[in-house]
Amino acid sequence: MIDWRNLSADWLDARKLASNPPNLRNAFVIALLAILALLPIYSALTGNYFLVTLFTRILILALAAVSLNLIMGFGGMVSFGHAAYLGIGGYVVGILAKEGINSGFVQWPLALIVSGLFALGVGALCLRTRGVYFIMITLAFAQMVYYVAIGLDRYGGDDGLTINKRSQFIDAVNLSNKTVFYYVCFALLLAVVYLVWRLVNSRFGLVIQGARSNDRRMRAIGFPTFRYKLVCFVIAGVLCGLSGVLLANHTSFISPAMMQWTRSGDLIVMAVLGGMGSVFGPVVGAVAFLLLEEVLSSVTEYSGIILGPMLLGVVLFARGGIDGILKDHSRG
Amino acid sequence: MADALLRIEGLTKRFGGVVASDNVTLDVTAGELHAIIGPNGAGKTTLICQLAGEIAPNTGRIHFGGRDITALPVYARSALGLARSFQITSLFPDFTALDNVALAVQAHAGHSFEFWHDARRDPALRDPARASLERVGLAARADVMVSNLSHGEHRQLELAMALATKPRMLLLDEPMAGLGPEESIRVVKLLRELKSDLTILLIEHDMEAVFALADRISVLVYGRVIATGEPAAIRANAEVRQAYLGEQEAVTVPGAGHG
Repeated sequence: MIDWRNLSADWLDARKLASNPPNLRNAFVIALLAILALLPIYSALTGNYFLVTLFTRILILALAAVSLNLIMGFGGMVSFGHAAYLGIGGYVVGILAKEGINSGFVQWPLALIVSGLFALGVGALCLRTRGVYFIMITLAFAQMVYYVAIGLDRYGGDDGLTINKRSQFIDAVNLSNKTVFYYVCFALLLAVVYLVWRLVNSRFGLVIQGARSNDRRMRAIGFPTFRYKLVCFVIAGVLCGLSGVLLANHTSFISPAMMQWTRSGDLIVMAVLGGMGSVFGPVVGAVAFLLLEEVLSSVTEYSGIILGPMLLGVVLFARGGIDGILKDHSRG
Repeated sequence: MADALLRIEGLTKRFGGVVASDNVTLDVTAGELHAIIGPNGAGKTTLICQLAGEIAPNTGRIHFGGRDITALPVYARSALGLARSFQITSLFPDFTALDNVALAVQAHAGHSFEFWHDARRDPALRDPARASLERVGLAARADVMVSNLSHGEHRQLELAMALATKPRMLLLDEPMAGLGPEESIRVVKLLRELKSDLTILLIEHDMEAVFALADRISVLVYGRVIATGEPAAIRANAEVRQAYLGEQEAVTVPGAGHG
């Protein structure tokens, strides 16, 4: 069984880290964060700049996975259309850039607002359904956005659109510099993880988790759960929109493929693989999934042959994902 | 009755051809413990679900505290002070007992759009929750995960949660279902204490408990109220005895055989 109560509290709890002898799980998190923090230095020393590019992508998708896990792992809302927000965030940046508006101060807030509004509309309808229906409706909405993007002839249609300039902020933060951009992504990921961690342990977070656990009882004790779930859905959408903004800046390219339904599936896999019960789990999952994909794709064309059974193993034997395995060993 | 806290008027609910509530009219006076008894399938739980707002009646009205609540959603009725417990235990299994009750406290402590502070360290939620656990005798088990509590403890927790919402009235759906004799005695004792502060509508199969606790009893058969009155009157009512008590009186109705 997943120990939901402690999952979130254990991660990143500074007091616990200070007072308890370091266990395997905490050591793993610290090691991972240290590697992520030092990676650009290593690649500068070795001249391997591909690593920075790869890990920037990992950080960005990790952020998306964290946002998905807020609604899926904590709220029990399995969205199969989360990649739509990657696309929306990306397209807002791309379309504005194409129209000559390169300022990040305009692009970014607008992207987040549009993502949030989309989540509000989708959530207001989807959250009236449950289970498989919820999954299918979120997928349907994402497909709708996907086909709308294909129809945007002015912005490249099916072929996508190259963005000539990354978002412009003040001179000190030049996103065109790969290292700067990497650290911006890293800082935003840490900020989002911290924010989500605060959120899931707050009053709001307990309502969300209570609704996942027993929605009927939540209403019986007096919670209008719908509006809480809807707000949570919107928050997750906004955070994933941020991920889309970063992704568009990273690749300097937007296309409908950003929000293909398989991408939504990948995000679910990252969260499940890393561990849905903790805020940090999806980060671990994203690193593991994308690294494996990268390594396997250099060996074989059919990386799914190996990734598939691995996921099966996690679902069957380690319900808490990688995080769950680490935690079990920390306890024993 | 002028001071009826809960007034049910002509409540009817059909499920296809089955009439689960058949023109039920009932008053629950403020301060009384009103028990509803009836054979299995009499529509007792359906009635509670309509009072709590989970099932909408076909016709009829429900007034609570002088206000028509027939169209109000579940959470709004809870906010007005109408709390229910469930016949089949309905808790948050992956939280601790204290977390469960604290959630019930939180539900009635203003809105929960608070995104930053650790709710598990908030004395405004934890202290009343502890008090509520203490009241039902579960204080020692506060930090145990609900999935690790016994059935009897689940029933106690159900009550603690209902109490934590600071209700004016409790709707209790078989709080003693599946309890052993000792646990039943504890719950009866608890209900007797609660009686002095709260209005209670009690559905219960344990006749001994019902006749010991109730100020008034209504008998529900096939969705119809066939009698309402004080325990002694119900015990003596011929129709009730024929419809319901007759088959069990020797076993479960204390003193009925001598009446």
